[in-house]
Amino acid sequence: MSSEQHATSSWTVWLRNHIKRTVPEGQWLPDRQPAYVRSWIYVFGVATLAAFLFVLASGLALAVGGAAWWHTSRVGHFFNSMHLWSTELFFVFMVIHLWGKFFMAAWRGKRALTWITGAVAFVGSIATAFTGYLSQTNFDSQWISTQAKDGLNSVGVGALFNVLNLGQMLLWHIVLLPLVVGVLVVLHVILVRRHGVVPPFDAQPPEPAALAHTELPEPAMQAPTDGADPVQVPR
Amino acid sequence: MSHDGKPARRRRRDQTPDAHRFPTRPYDLVKEFVIAVAVVGVLVAVLAAVFSSPDRKAITLENWANADPNDVVATAAGELAGTTTSAGYGAPYNRASDGQKLGPLPLQRWGSVRIPIDSANDLVIEPLSTVTGDPALTLALRTWHSASPDQQTKWAGNYSDALTATPDGNPSQVKPGDYGPVPVLAARFLTLARTGGLEGLLTSRHTFYATDQTKPLLLLADGAYLEDQARADHLGGDQWGMMNETGNYPGQPWMWLYTFWYQIKPFSTSGNADALVWALMAVLTLGLILLPFIPGLRSLPRHLGVHRLIWRNQTPAQRP
Repeated sequence: MSSEQHATSSWTVWLRNHIKRTVPEGQWLPDRQPAYVRSWIYVFGVATLAAFLFVLASGLALAVGGAAWWHTSRVGHFFNSMHLWSTELFFVFMVIHLWGKFFMAAWRGKRALTWITGAVAFVGSIATAFTGYLSQTNFDSQWISTQAKDGLNSVGVGALFNVLNLGQMLLWHIVLLPLVVGVLVVLHVILVRRHGVVPPFDAQPPEPAALAHTELPEPAMQAPTDGADPVQVPR
Repeated sequence: MSHDGKPARRRRRDQTPDAHRFPTRPYDLVKEFVIAVAVVGVLVAVLAAVFSSPDRKAITLENWANADPNDVVATAAGELAGTTTSAGYGAPYNRASDGQKLGPLPLQRWGSVRIPIDSANDLVIEPLSTVTGDPALTLALRTWHSASPDQQTKWAGNYSDALTATPDGNPSQVKPGDYGPVPVLAARFLTLARTGGLEGLLTSRHTFYATDQTKPLLLLADGAYLEDQARADHLGGDQWGMMNETGNYPGQPWMWLYTFWYQIKPFSTSGNADALVWALMAVLTLGLILLPFIPGLRSLPRHLGVHRLIWRNQTPAQRP
């Protein structure tokens, strides 16, 4: 088999090329951003990710001791408190991020899928937090589950997703829903890196000819295309 | 038609240029992320240390029996009479009613009976059948089983009505009547609940590992005690309870819109409120997810002008 044939038939080469095309090297962790990225609103996406890490970490700590550990241990109760407050912050940051992206119409420029993955992750996060309240094994769990069953039963899905079944809700809370939200968050971040930050309304980049007058290093002068390395110009 | 033969009113193409063609400036993403993790970590630790988290103990059936014995007796009689919420619920527990509908669509009934529960037998009679060494109870159970369903319902209904007629539903003040074995069954049910063993009989009688609390939760919710406790803590459905939790904690504020609909008409007065709110929220959620494709709404941010606060530093060269 020639090296050319190998390249066309290799699944590994196909996957490597696909990854390169999706997010070219240099866009994973760029050390420059478009000059219009200059507002505190951009911080809330990263803040959401940071809070998500603390939600996961405190949840893992609670999982070590088991479902009822936090009722009897001061350490467990502290981790539960961290789980609660990191979740509250996660939602605060995410909602601000969501509103910010709405006001920017951040779905423009082939970014619809970025918006969709973010919005579905938001809905998935609400479901995850809800199952957390059902898994607390305390009075809140009793009351919330007995009330919430009516909503699910009214649309015919109460048996598939039985909020009165602690075993089922706990597994949804610590395995299934975090997995879904985690995958969506990863996809969302990949898409953000793939397409970059949405430009302002009606903003136009400088013409390539104008860029030619700026004395930039050769690599940065290459024809800019979607997916290419960021064009760098002095401020 | 336009000169190239394409429809003149075709959708305006998205002209947003590639972000990578704009001038850039240094931006340290990793530094930003590390600072965010540090700041959020400190915030989380301080909030957890200062405000802790609520943990009001779950109500056991023993707690319930000791705190409000009359309610336990009334609930047992109601289960036997088929008048409790669970007894008349419909799918997924039984076929006692069609349940809620969305317009003409009986969505709840379409869900079918997937968790079959006969409230009288599963929540009251079966647990009582495990008690031994009580001749009066044994006789009462035998009388109950030998009676027709209509007779059973009549006895239990009479006793429920008689309990309601007494001050505080006190069984000791019930006037004599045609109650059959129901007063004995209800009284022994209270005794069984007081032993602390009723939860186990409802969850793990047929299995060693009990993870499903459906039956004890339905029983507890059939009584008035759970709701009384919840309402005292501002957790009622008409008290924005779906987004609250016990104590002065933020609860689930992200569910404000879902909770909001239950506070206003027609939802607050409809027998199909849950189905209506769920359908409405499904439409709104779909709208949020598909916002980029909804004409009018997707253009709203441009007209609102809030983006000018975000892109204040846009240089003239970047403007058209």
